[in-house]
Amino acid sequence: MDAQAAKYIGAGLAMTGLIGAGAGLGILFGNYLQAAIRNPAAAAGERTYLFLGMALAETMGLFGLVMGLLILFS
Amino acid sequence: MAIQPMEQFLVHKIVPLPPIPIPGLGMLDLSISNSVLFMLIAVVLISGFFLVAARRDLVPGRMQALAEMMYGMVDTVLTGGIIGDRGRPFLPFIFTLFLLIATLNLIGLAPAGFTVTSQLAITGTLAVMTFATVLVVGFARNGLGFFKLFWPSGMHPAMSAFLLPIELISFLIRPFTLALRLFGNMLGGHVVVYIFASFIIGLGAWGLHGLGLNNFGLLGSGLSFLMVVALTALDFVIAVIQAFVWAALTCVYLNEVVNLDHGH
Repeated sequence: MDAQAAKYIGAGLAMTGLIGAGAGLGILFGNYLQAAIRNPAAAAGERTYLFLGMALAETMGLFGLVMGLLILFS
Repeated sequence: MAIQPMEQFLVHKIVPLPPIPIPGLGMLDLSISNSVLFMLIAVVLISGFFLVAARRDLVPGRMQALAEMMYGMVDTVLTGGIIGDRGRPFLPFIFTLFLLIATLNLIGLAPAGFTVTSQLAITGTLAVMTFATVLVVGFARNGLGFFKLFWPSGMHPAMSAFLLPIELISFLIRPFTLALRLFGNMLGGHVVVYIFASFIIGLGAWGLHGLGLNNFGLLGSGLSFLMVVALTALDFVIAVIQAFVWAALTCVYLNEVVNLDHGH
């Protein structure tokens, strides 16, 4: 296997970090909806923290993207 | 047909200007590139919008109502909701960041548009500005008491060897995560749209090639088209949410240093 092929495979494998981000986002939005249906009056006040949690969960996945880009272009 | 999804992020000069030598640092290139052009467009759009909207009518028109809604959202949800009354002085900074990032993201979605926020240099500069603001405000308000930030309340001193490095790293990593989040979202969104758009043409050309099983390529082409529409709609949502997230995280970081002495 030449080095270029190994690079492509490695970049693809680096993107598996997004599995965790996807699972995290699912848990986050699922739990928010569950809480919002049980107590709709309190839902609007927590929406800021929903988006903050979304951003923080996404960041962990984007580290995987950065690793992929580093493998491909360096 | 070569597919080059990264080509749309290339910076090229539109108006080349001669580089200016800076003593001790090297050459400074102030040419008008497509990145600079779209930043100028964003500034003109934002300034023009507020020249039209900020008329201070007693009964607001459409534009003024929109401007008041955005201002009120940042005031009540972000600075007021996260920092509290002490956050009022930071409202212009947060509002400017929110508007600039949202406008840059949105004009990047226009056809033939260039997404300035997909350049790591731009998001990195904005992140360093945000981080420097937090540091300056933290030291100006608290002096050396700023370092209480790394000492969680109620921590047993024996734990400090483990917790202080963690707190310090999680503080110092913030500009990187801020920059990477916006960069990664914008890059990823545009690349995915580009790849599905290339499927429309590729599968369509394959499906039109004579009669046979390859005619199912037309089905794939149509599905890719629906996917491009859906992803573009998602990108509009993400463009605004990422600007909101940047502003909200700036508020959270400022809240820690502004309300350091009494846990808010």
